[in-house]
Amino acid sequence: MIDKIVASVADALADVQDGSTILMGGFGGAGMPSELIDGLIEQGAKDLVIVNNNAGNGETGLAALLKTGHVRKIICSFPRQADSHIFDGLYRAGKLELELVPQGNLAERIRAAGAGIGGFFTPTGYGTDLAKGKETREINGRMYVLESPIHGDVALVKAEKGDRWGNLTYRKAARNFGPIMASAAKCAIAQVYETVELGALDPENIVTPGIFVKRVVRVGRAAAQLKVAA
Amino acid sequence: MNAIVKETFKRRTRDEMAACVARDIPEGAYVNLGIGLPTLVANHLPKGREVFLHSENGILGMGPAPAKGEEDWDLINAGKQPVTLLTGGAYFHHADSFAMMRGGHLDICVLGAFQVAANGDLANWHTGAPDAIPAVGGAMDLAVGAKRTFVMMEHQTKAGESKIVAQCSYPLTGVACVRRVYTDLATIDITAAGLKVLDMAEGLTLAELQHITGVPLQAA
Repeated sequence: MIDKIVASVADALADVQDGSTILMGGFGGAGMPSELIDGLIEQGAKDLVIVNNNAGNGETGLAALLKTGHVRKIICSFPRQADSHIFDGLYRAGKLELELVPQGNLAERIRAAGAGIGGFFTPTGYGTDLAKGKETREINGRMYVLESPIHGDVALVKAEKGDRWGNLTYRKAARNFGPIMASAAKCAIAQVYETVELGALDPENIVTPGIFVKRVVRVGRAAAQLKVAA
Repeated sequence: MNAIVKETFKRRTRDEMAACVARDIPEGAYVNLGIGLPTLVANHLPKGREVFLHSENGILGMGPAPAKGEEDWDLINAGKQPVTLLTGGAYFHHADSFAMMRGGHLDICVLGAFQVAANGDLANWHTGAPDAIPAVGGAMDLAVGAKRTFVMMEHQTKAGESKIVAQCSYPLTGVACVRRVYTDLATIDITAAGLKVLDMAEGLTLAELQHITGVPLQAA
C-alpha cells in the first residue's frame, strides 16, 4: 500500500544532504512551511541554496535558518523588508550570496523545471541590470531574455490537506509558490494541517496531484491561526 | 536651483492623484495596483463600478482590508497586509499569477517610480546606491506585462528636480513601457510624438509646468 504520510517532520527531512538546493514555499508569512524549516534547522544540513520569494522576516522561519549559517546562497525576488535584518547583516558581511530574480521569472523558472523546459525567452527584465550577460533575442519585433529553469533537490511546501497518495489542497493565498515548487524538486515534502482518507479530497479540487509529492507530514495549527479560523 | 517662490498653483494631494487615476479605470478592467502610492487608487474607485483587482501573490477580485480582528494571514496582498476576497474572486499559484501579467491579460497596472524617461523608460526598483540592498519583486514583470502601465508619483524630488527626465539615471525597471504619468502637478501621456499634457493642477500654466519639467511638453 502506498503511504506517503510520514510520522514526523524529522522523518520527512532525515535524508536532506549538505549542498542541497531547497525550494521553499511562501510569500512573506503566507504559505511559509514553518514547521519544516524548524525541522531543517534541527536536521542540520549545511551549505544550502534556498529559493524563496523573500529572505526571511523577523527571527523565525527562513530568518532563523539563515541565522544558523547553513545557507550559502539565496535566490529570491524581494530580500529587503522592514524586518529582514538577519538577511541584511549576513549579506552585508559577505556571508550570504544573493541571486536577485524578478518575481515572475522566479516563478516561471521553477515552473519550467517542473515541466521539463530547458529554458525560455521572457520580456521581463530586458534592458535592465538583472538581464546583464544573458542571451537576448528579438521575436516578432519584441526583445526577450533567455532564462533557465531552477531545479530543486528538495521542496518544502505548506498545504492545507493531504492524503496518502500525496494529493494536496491549499488555503487562500497561502498557495502561492507551493504547486510549482512541488513539481520542480526531486523530493517534495508537504506539511499539512489535516491528513485525510483517500477520496476525501474532491478530485475536481486537488491542486497538486500526488505525482509531484514524495512525503506528507501533518503539523498542528499555530495558536494564532486557530484564532483567525475561529 | 531656482529661488523658492510662493507657488501660485495648488498641488494635487495624494488622494487627488489617486482619484485622477481611478477616473481612468473603466468598468471590467483587470488592474494591478503597485505597493505604496498606487494602493490609494482602490479607495477612489466609485461604488458600483466593477473592477477586478489582481494581487501578484495569487488573488483576483481582491477586496478591501478586513475589519480589526478579522485578519487572515493566509490572505494578504503584495505588501503583505491582510486583505479580503470579493464574492467571485479566485486564488491561483504564482506561475499563473505572472502569466496574467506577462501574457498581457491585465489591462492596467499602476506603479510608483523614482524616474520616468520621455520615451517611457521606468526606474522604480533600485537607487543604485552601492550600499543599498536591491529588491525587485514583481515590478519588472508588471512594467512590461500589463496592456497599459501607468505611473503615479510626485512630479519632483524633495530637492526640486523633475522626476520626468530625458534619460533615467537610476537603474531601469523596464524599457519604453510607461504610457501615462499621474503626478501632483499634471497627467501626462507618453506617446511616440512626445509628452502630451492631458490636465494640470489648479492654477498651473503649461509654461510653468514646462519650467519645472526636464523635458519638452506639449498640450494634448
